[in-house]
Amino acid sequence: MAANKLRESASQTAGPFLHIGLTPKAVGIATFMTARGHDITGSLAKGTRIRVEGAVIDGTGSPVKDALLEIWQANAEGNYAHPEGGGPVEEGFRGWGRAITDFETGEWGFDTVKPGPTRGRDQGLQAPHLNLWIVARGINIGLNTRVYFDDEPEANAIDPVLSQIGSPGRRQTLIAQKSDQDGAPLYRFDIRLQGKGETVFFDI
Amino acid sequence: MSKSGDYYMRDRSLHPPAHTPAYKTSVSRSPRYDLISLESSVSEITGPVFGHNDIEPGDNDLIYNHAAADESAIGQRIILHGHVLDEDARPVPNTLVEIWQANASGRYRHKKDSYLAALDPNFGGCGRTLTGADGSYSFRTVKPGAYPWPNGPNDWRPAHIHVSVFGAAWAQRLITQCYFEGDPMIARCPIVQTIPDAGAINGLTAKLDMCATIPFDTLAYRFDVVLRGRRATLFENRPEGS
Ligand SMILES: [Fe+2]
Repeated sequence: MAANKLRESASQTAGPFLHIGLTPKAVGIATFMTARGHDITGSLAKGTRIRVEGAVIDGTGSPVKDALLEIWQANAEGNYAHPEGGGPVEEGFRGWGRAITDFETGEWGFDTVKPGPTRGRDQGLQAPHLNLWIVARGINIGLNTRVYFDDEPEANAIDPVLSQIGSPGRRQTLIAQKSDQDGAPLYRFDIRLQGKGETVFFDI
Repeated sequence: MSKSGDYYMRDRSLHPPAHTPAYKTSVSRSPRYDLISLESSVSEITGPVFGHNDIEPGDNDLIYNHAAADESAIGQRIILHGHVLDEDARPVPNTLVEIWQANASGRYRHKKDSYLAALDPNFGGCGRTLTGADGSYSFRTVKPGAYPWPNGPNDWRPAHIHVSVFGAAWAQRLITQCYFEGDPMIARCPIVQTIPDAGAINGLTAKLDMCATIPFDTLAYRFDVVLRGRRATLFENRPEGS
């Protein structure tokens, strides 16, 4: 198979009403019995329970209150729940989550487990990270970024993706900052769409 | 033949750029730095796997999935169907397709929608389904109405259905919108016109499909979604210009 026969469908913004289709319960629509994206890990997942939260901030410094974020992550052993994911995962571990920014505060959050290192493209390992995808009104094509962890300095230092980013200041936009909340690790990861401290986004 | 290589690079000339001033909200929500290109790793060639436990019968029937017993949504009854394919025209099976839309009068069931057009108590506006082994999917719904929106002094969205598709890998994730053949609002819409390529706009336009119509019951439109294709192996070369 050589040349592709078809062209990828063009992206369009998810618009201001994305909740209807993607998180209907958040706007009071009870059409579906099962919600998607809340339970990332299942109950049997090993590893450290963490929470990751932040805001999405636009070029004027205002929080974006109508965004949707999805994460895709490996389990604590570095395996994705996918046929090519590197190995088995715990029963019930999906590794995918979906959250919206709060209508009042603009804050989002995921409760999950900290992923393990994953295999790199060639040799070596990628540092623990969450893959993050952001859509909203005014975003014409979903933005891909990664969340790394500030308590993994050795792994981050040799991560092939972080190493690709020349500017230390830009690299830093991908590092979530740890604190503790009631004994459970809490990581802060603000996403700046534009301007000072603009988050690094990837063409994946 | 199963493929194990990278996904083809996204052809950004088919997609809207981030910064599109005629669509005003994009101005403050568009990154100014260029995207950094990543070669695929396990993180990009994998993605969430969905199954029949994630959906229920009737989830793809928007005429009835929010309606009271023995009632149904108001509007022109349509079937929206097609295939999810990749750029090599290979079917993308068992992938989750989610849609949402305004009702027949152009009103969304959403607290942030203040358009004066009436809500329909029997219409929620969301549906979901899994593609079959051949990549096919089908929804039954009502044709959405056009609606005005705050952008220019008199901007109206063409009739459209929002469509979210996962594919087999994180690299294939896509949200787009489905328009309807023959709608004169398509050419006037600042959001449609963020797409720089006329062929790509045509690709988002569902075609009337008389073969799938149910006589005396429901019209049908055909809408195929194309996701990124994949090299056979990590080291397969792609001809120039393809
Ligand atoms: Fe819309």
